[in-house]
Amino acid sequence: MRMLRVYTWAVIAWLTLPVLVMIVFGFNDTPGRYNQTWDGFTLKWYGRVFALDDLTQALVVSLVVALVTMLLAGALGTGIGYALGRFRFRGSGALNLVMFATMSSPELVMGASLLTLFVSLDAGLGAVTITIAHVMFSISFVAVIVRARVLTLDRSLEEAAADLGAGPWTTFRTVTFPLIRPAVGSGMLLAFALSIDDFVVTNFTAGTTTTFPLWIWGATRLGLPPQVNVMGTLIFAAGVVIAIATSMRSRLRHRV
Amino acid sequence: MRRRLTPYLLILPGGLWLLLFFVVPMVTMLSLSLQEGDVVSGYVLTGHWQTYVDAIAAYRTQLARSLIYGAIATLVLIAAAFPVAYWIAFHGGRRKATYLFLLLLPFFVSFVLRTISWRYILTDEGLLLGPLKDAGLLPPGFHVLGTPVAVIGGLIYNFLPFMVLPIYVALERIDPRVVEAARDLYAAPLVTFAKVVFPLALPGVFAGVLMTFVPASSDYVNSAVLGSSSTTMIGQVIQSQYLVSSNYPTASALSFTLMAVLLIGVFAYARALGTDAVMRVSER
Repeated sequence: MRMLRVYTWAVIAWLTLPVLVMIVFGFNDTPGRYNQTWDGFTLKWYGRVFALDDLTQALVVSLVVALVTMLLAGALGTGIGYALGRFRFRGSGALNLVMFATMSSPELVMGASLLTLFVSLDAGLGAVTITIAHVMFSISFVAVIVRARVLTLDRSLEEAAADLGAGPWTTFRTVTFPLIRPAVGSGMLLAFALSIDDFVVTNFTAGTTTTFPLWIWGATRLGLPPQVNVMGTLIFAAGVVIAIATSMRSRLRHRV
Repeated sequence: MRRRLTPYLLILPGGLWLLLFFVVPMVTMLSLSLQEGDVVSGYVLTGHWQTYVDAIAAYRTQLARSLIYGAIATLVLIAAAFPVAYWIAFHGGRRKATYLFLLLLPFFVSFVLRTISWRYILTDEGLLLGPLKDAGLLPPGFHVLGTPVAVIGGLIYNFLPFMVLPIYVALERIDPRVVEAARDLYAAPLVTFAKVVFPLALPGVFAGVLMTFVPASSDYVNSAVLGSSSTTMIGQVIQSQYLVSSNYPTASALSFTLMAVLLIGVFAYARALGTDAVMRVSER
């Protein structure tokens, strides 16, 4: 068993290694854009994190797209997830199949097919088409998470509300939604994370618009400036903090 | 009457979105792959299946290479992920959640950035090979970047958590009493593993393969960042046919071929393992 333990830690170390390299080189006192050899410790890149206008612009596009995706996919996915968990209806099988297909199709094929659609409609590519694509591949993940939660709900709570004279909308607003809110929240966080990290589908639907991952991709040949490391580190830190806070909050709630 | 309409009203916006931006594009792409023409003068649907024949003939090496790389990566992933999932599920104790969190930690960094980070680590005089060469442990001409090992290694690195998690979920569900029963009946540890634990973990392995083989075979980031012209995968070809050459019929035909091959692979695999495994995965 000791061997398995050592092995597991070795795998974790291997997974974390590139992240550490990224973080460490954000503190590198490199003279130019060639940020691959250690030239001493500095904090100056944290002060100049927004010095490259096009990189900052790309980050802003990524954040806005991720935010809109989170809200839209959250709303549309919750509708589907709630309907699938609560009602039996004709067509639910087909809907499940399409959702399964969006989650298991190669991203490359989804991006390519969206590009063919946009090209044949002569639609201009940009932030709007990126968002359309991101909402498309996020909906199913939100729906699956919400459906799982709805399936475990105690229906008598909703019936009690109805017996006390609440209409369907009031019941949903005051009883059902608060109960499924944690699932909606994690679905939306997942949608945000999928969107901000997406490269493949975005590459096909962006046209000349640049997101954070696309900017990094375009700059690879020239060498990545330390600002990329700093932004990557800040996004990483924010993600870790949010994840820890969410899990602590749910742990506290379970204790009560 | 209103009640019967409720589910349809709920699924309407999301369902329409999926129809318009997933189903319709697939149909458009299939149609475009059978059209002839060019970007300037437009395309006409001619049912030109020859595009498929030509495209596959021209890029069969890259297509085959992608499937081979994907298959190797998936097999290594099963072997690499199983012990981790096993240890966390059976010996993780109270810190299970912490271990899973540590496995997912790299995912807070962009996929492209992580892959480029590997390029820095593996580059010829870089962080890893530089010191080893200086110490005389490796010949000066030794390199990893640009080889299949680097590309497949990148695929394994990027998809490892997608294999660990489903196997972990399957192992976690095993009733410890079943394992104890095997022991009480004098099964050796290896026999217990082979006859009890592993078969019960198979749905997890299946889900893991589904979540890694398809994205690994169709990936083009790893081969572009870590590979060379001798490791080109079909994803790179499709990407450049679409975005560089604007050769839409060929690109669409290749995308469709790739998806068809992967789907056939997945279904053949599902039949071999029993269809209820697929259903259980899609239920989740």
